[in-house]
Amino acid sequence: MTAPQTLYDKLWHSHAVAELPTGETLLYIDRHLVHEVSSPQAFASLRAAGRRLRRPRTHLAVADHAVPTRQRGGDIADPLARAQVAELEENAAAFDVPYRALTGDGQGIVHVIGPESGFTLPGITLVCGDSHTTTHGAFGALAFGIGASECGTVMAAQCLKQRKARTMRVELVGTLPAHVTAKDVALAFIAKVGALGAQGHAVEYAGPAVEAMSMAARMTLCNMTIEAGGRIGLVAPDDTTFAYLRGRPMAPRGSRWDQAVAYWRTLRTDVGAGYDKQVTLDLAGIAPHVSWGTSPDEALPITATIPDPAAIADDSARRHAEKALAYMDLKPGTPLEQVAIQRVFIGSCTNGRIEDLRAAAEVVRGRTVAAGVQAIVVPGSTQTRQQAEAEGLDSIFTAAGFEWRHAGCSMCVAMNDDRLAPGERCASTSNRNFEGRQGPGGRTHLMSPAMAAAAGIAGHLIDVRKLLS
Amino acid sequence: MTIQPFTSLTGIAASLPEENIDTDVIYPARFLLITARDGLGNYAFHDRRFTADGQERPEFVLNRAPWRDAPILVAGANFGSGSSREQAVWALLGRGIRCVIAPSFGEIFHANCYRNGVLPVTLPAADVARLAALAEAGAELTIDLPGQIIAVEGMAPLSFAIAPDRKQALINGWDETAVLLNAHGKDIAVFETRHRAVQPWLFEEEARP
Ligand code: SF4
Repeated sequence: MTAPQTLYDKLWHSHAVAELPTGETLLYIDRHLVHEVSSPQAFASLRAAGRRLRRPRTHLAVADHAVPTRQRGGDIADPLARAQVAELEENAAAFDVPYRALTGDGQGIVHVIGPESGFTLPGITLVCGDSHTTTHGAFGALAFGIGASECGTVMAAQCLKQRKARTMRVELVGTLPAHVTAKDVALAFIAKVGALGAQGHAVEYAGPAVEAMSMAARMTLCNMTIEAGGRIGLVAPDDTTFAYLRGRPMAPRGSRWDQAVAYWRTLRTDVGAGYDKQVTLDLAGIAPHVSWGTSPDEALPITATIPDPAAIADDSARRHAEKALAYMDLKPGTPLEQVAIQRVFIGSCTNGRIEDLRAAAEVVRGRTVAAGVQAIVVPGSTQTRQQAEAEGLDSIFTAAGFEWRHAGCSMCVAMNDDRLAPGERCASTSNRNFEGRQGPGGRTHLMSPAMAAAAGIAGHLIDVRKLLS
Repeated sequence: MTIQPFTSLTGIAASLPEENIDTDVIYPARFLLITARDGLGNYAFHDRRFTADGQERPEFVLNRAPWRDAPILVAGANFGSGSSREQAVWALLGRGIRCVIAPSFGEIFHANCYRNGVLPVTLPAADVARLAALAEAGAELTIDLPGQIIAVEGMAPLSFAIAPDRKQALINGWDETAVLLNAHGKDIAVFETRHRAVQPWLFEEEARP
């Protein structure tokens, strides 16, 4: 009998090619998502060394970070973005990598189209030159972000040297109150453990509340794991996972499907397996959360007031809070609900899925965006956009004064022309509130789609439950 | 990709005592549109170095003599946290920065340093603070990688830890992919056969349109 193993152990051991004298492991990589920003240098290094891809069709390329969202088709106005997308297209063709055209139905944010296509599967290793690759762990895949040099290594060798992480179990118990979402859980978790709380750890989310979550919710949760410092977030695959994947274009079919499901069912943490760290979070009392500072762990329930840095005992947290409040132009003691916003961004790989758009539309329906607020909805993928249009969500948004955009990363990272002006304050469903993340001098408050929609209607941060009850 | 070998380095060090300097501060996202790897030095810490209208901020350490061309950074805790963008390291390299000393690093940034011939040195916060004070006074540091020692006038030499394989790769300027393919080409093929037997559906994508 082998010793009880965690889900992480199982995924790790099933991909170990060789143990290296340094204590690292050579890990086999099954799938690689390729986007326009982190891949050019990797392809260039292949060319320079005269290397080919070992298994070209285990990669999937798409442009998402820099693409404009106002229109599709025609030339991209920004010459740098145009060149970058063109370079991805050429590289994909030259190296025989499947490519999702910008104007095609399969385009979208890497972390949205992977799951949507069945490219992401339980039991695999999946990498991408983007730190939010943690998202795919929601399927019980060992998924993590890598740098551009590593992208080149994966292309040439289908392997990476990795050091095994410690393990952390996050047990979610209790039932989420109405209109409180996985995003709120993620923000509450990060606030609890800190922006480095999961550093060096593979985080497994478990417990009854996780089992009750949809795949979209699990993806939101795993997506934000990196904001707690963890490069890996995991949920054990179960019937919810299989129901989501069944029939997806790249998922196994026929007898292979049954064979795969039988294997996937073994991907659970064994009874008696130990973790290096354990955290329990009771969801029953959680209120919608918003961030107030410039680090994702600087978040509070919407019912709270802006904290006073003087009351923070930890030196470095206090200094960070002081700096954050200056940057955010906020005064201690101000109720969060009195913070006025000028922009709303609903989208990103954290909250750009159909479930997220539905939740926002429910809030927006029959209401109007507050005067002086500019609000945009950017679906996470073209397929999500089409689905939303089929459900009539786009007209709910546009009738309320939201702009309905094409799929991409957009104002999550501000690499296209969707960005905040200096000093502008945004209610955002994205994942990072770092200084300048949404445009130089821009101020970001992270929250759920329903909360961002509510802020757009009210013109200030507000507890969405007040609008809905 | 050619990597410049790293053996020993002597030079002044720019002190950036702030904590949590993330990769967005080191290399703002909007410059990620540039597909080159070289010539990114001017974008390093761009928004700290320049005002919105492109004027140099004289107070920023890398805008001040003699630290403009400092090859070493002494930074605060959690340096390079945030996104996985390797441009953060390339931008430092573009300014000739070959070594960053800090109490802790963002994990991906840390790994990316080694891949590009940049040495990240982790030292206790108190030692970093003393180095920072000497750096601010204009002291010259000598980083001896083979001996794993940092020497600076005004304090006892500090030794630092580094994984033996990373040290060897840095000293020799080895490209990680080449090392890996040479040493493990056979292991990879053997593994693939085994892996295919367990999860055959992962090997059928070639058949798909
Ligand atoms: S939406 Fe934001 S976090 Fe997600 S992949 Fe795009 S830039 Fe990265």
